[in-house]
Amino acid sequence: MSTTATPQTSAPAQPNSLRTGPDARGRFGTFGGRFVAETLMPLVQDLEAAYDAAQADPMFHVKLSYYFRDYVGRPSPLWFAERLTETLGGAKVYLKREELNHTGSHKLNNVMGQILLAQRMGKTRIVAETGAGQHGVATATVCALFGMKCVIYMGATDVERQKPNVFRMHLLGAEVKPVTAGAGTLKDAMNEAMRDWVANVSDTYFLVGTVAGPHPYPRMVRDFQSVIGEETRTQMMEAEGRLPDYIVAAIGGGSNAMGIFHPFLDEPEVKLIGVEAAGLGLDSGKTAASISRGRSGVLHGNRTYLLQDENGQIEEAHSISAGLDYPGIGPEHSWLNDIGRAEYVGVTDSEALEAFQLLTRTEGIIPALECAHGLAHVMKLAPTLDKDKIIVLNVSGRGDKDIFTVAKHLGVDL
Amino acid sequence: MSRIKTRFDALKAEGRGALIPYLQAFDPDLETSLELLKAMPAAGADLIEIGVPFSDPSADGLTIQAAALRGLKAGATLTRVLEMVKRFREGDDATPIVLMGYLNPIDSYGPARFCADAAAAGVDGLIVVDLPPEEADLLEDDARANGLDIVRLVAPNTSDARLRQILPEASGFIYYVSITGITGTRTATEDELAAAMPRIRAVSDLPVAVGFGIRTPSQAAVASRTGDAAVVASALITTLAATLDDGRATDQTVPRVLGQLRELAEAVRG
Repeated sequence: MSTTATPQTSAPAQPNSLRTGPDARGRFGTFGGRFVAETLMPLVQDLEAAYDAAQADPMFHVKLSYYFRDYVGRPSPLWFAERLTETLGGAKVYLKREELNHTGSHKLNNVMGQILLAQRMGKTRIVAETGAGQHGVATATVCALFGMKCVIYMGATDVERQKPNVFRMHLLGAEVKPVTAGAGTLKDAMNEAMRDWVANVSDTYFLVGTVAGPHPYPRMVRDFQSVIGEETRTQMMEAEGRLPDYIVAAIGGGSNAMGIFHPFLDEPEVKLIGVEAAGLGLDSGKTAASISRGRSGVLHGNRTYLLQDENGQIEEAHSISAGLDYPGIGPEHSWLNDIGRAEYVGVTDSEALEAFQLLTRTEGIIPALECAHGLAHVMKLAPTLDKDKIIVLNVSGRGDKDIFTVAKHLGVDL
Repeated sequence: MSRIKTRFDALKAEGRGALIPYLQAFDPDLETSLELLKAMPAAGADLIEIGVPFSDPSADGLTIQAAALRGLKAGATLTRVLEMVKRFREGDDATPIVLMGYLNPIDSYGPARFCADAAAAGVDGLIVVDLPPEEADLLEDDARANGLDIVRLVAPNTSDARLRQILPEASGFIYYVSITGITGTRTATEDELAAAMPRIRAVSDLPVAVGFGIRTPSQAAVASRTGDAAVVASALITTLAATLDDGRATDQTVPRVLGQLRELAEAVRG
């Protein structure tokens, strides 16, 4: 059994680095850990050992780089959004174009890493949970590519509101299992995927879609997504000869944000802002803002900020974006919030809708509703800053999947 | 001596294993579940496991999840579940009570306060499904200080090395999750059970309760003979659920569940 988790970062471990977490118990400060049923303990321990071995194997990295470049389409561009910048009238806004990845979101970075790991571990069947369907589509895609059996759990509510992605998953050969328990959203899909994993321990790999879940998932998913921040750093130096002043990213579970934040954690001059979905408003009771309106608790294998009632029962999250309505958040974000290294703000459904339209009209880029939340904060922030300041927004996914939701809110019948 | 140890010692002297029925608190309401709880010892329960309803019971099957949601709807909270145990203790000071549930409600209540209040209410042991030994320091000291056993879970895929690591610290009894999977699904075969027990007994002298997938009297008899106790949960809840009318208890609810419990107890007592 491996109890020593070597810190896995692309930079060498430094004693004062914020990038060396989690610790040997899988914790970031008081967050993270491994709160799973005994049946799952041997599995997460095996996974940790397999991941450590893969990280130490140069061939694994060569293989991953090959798939990143030739299949995912990396590096993704860093685009100076000139018209958007002019419109907002303040700081320069750059967009990290993760929506240009194959399958249309940052999700493919993580699933590519994990499918290679599953293959190394000799697993033949993949289960995954999905909210908006981006992670489900990405998972179904790599399962098609590597010839693995694929089962996707998706809340029945989400199956209904994300039909195009459900159809894509079917085309890719995945089995989509609608989950009716609870509110039929991402949290319930996560429960079902865990149940499947615990019942099929010998051949099944649980491909978690965000920086949450039991250790080592938060670390592993972050590492695979850190390619976003590493590229951003290089591209920013090429474009401006310096690091950005702000990095803004939307947060559901928080994988795109963690991916772009992580390589900058040790650069105090770069301010990191995570944007949570405030839903109908932070104090409306219909929100997905787990940091702003939640408190520390344990769900889905980790300790983190959770939306919960006074008795410790988990509450349903609400957001116009199916990808953000999760009552928890990755544990590393909870820690970054508590130590003050990153700031977390809320953006409402209607602000996100407005931002969605603005980016489409000014830059010809239709963003996912998730990243429209990030943009809505940029719209507030940029005008308050001098013209020599630089903001990078992570455009984590494209909005094709959301046009039906947006049309409905704009009163258009498609 | 703890009620759990006293009870297992007595059964050992009697030469039989224990029957441990499971009851979801407040399913479908407080009155019904308290009535069931009070009647269970006379119907053959040797120990009783009380499920604490949680919104996201990810290691349980649909049957127990539905029961938990009924319990929550009926107003179950950790405070009220402890009240329920207290009322049971007014009439029964011998039958061990083990609470089974998930960590978050306990975490929310505060582990130290919870252990003190649970012990005061008459709880004897805790089974926290998502609290593996690696994280148990959160609860262990407070539990020990209040005389509560933290029951350790063992699964078929728990390695011998891991058994040696996690069992020496165990107390009360050991809960053997007899299948890899969720509650109320597959049933382990007699051969599977017979193969598993020596692995556990090589490391621990504690009694072993076998749970997950035990539905029939004969399965309960096998489990209580091969191990030291049989836990029956989903099968009893299925019976209970079938008696409900629009989610509410009927005059059939308590008698049917107790009837099934008696059949299970007869089989366990041989």
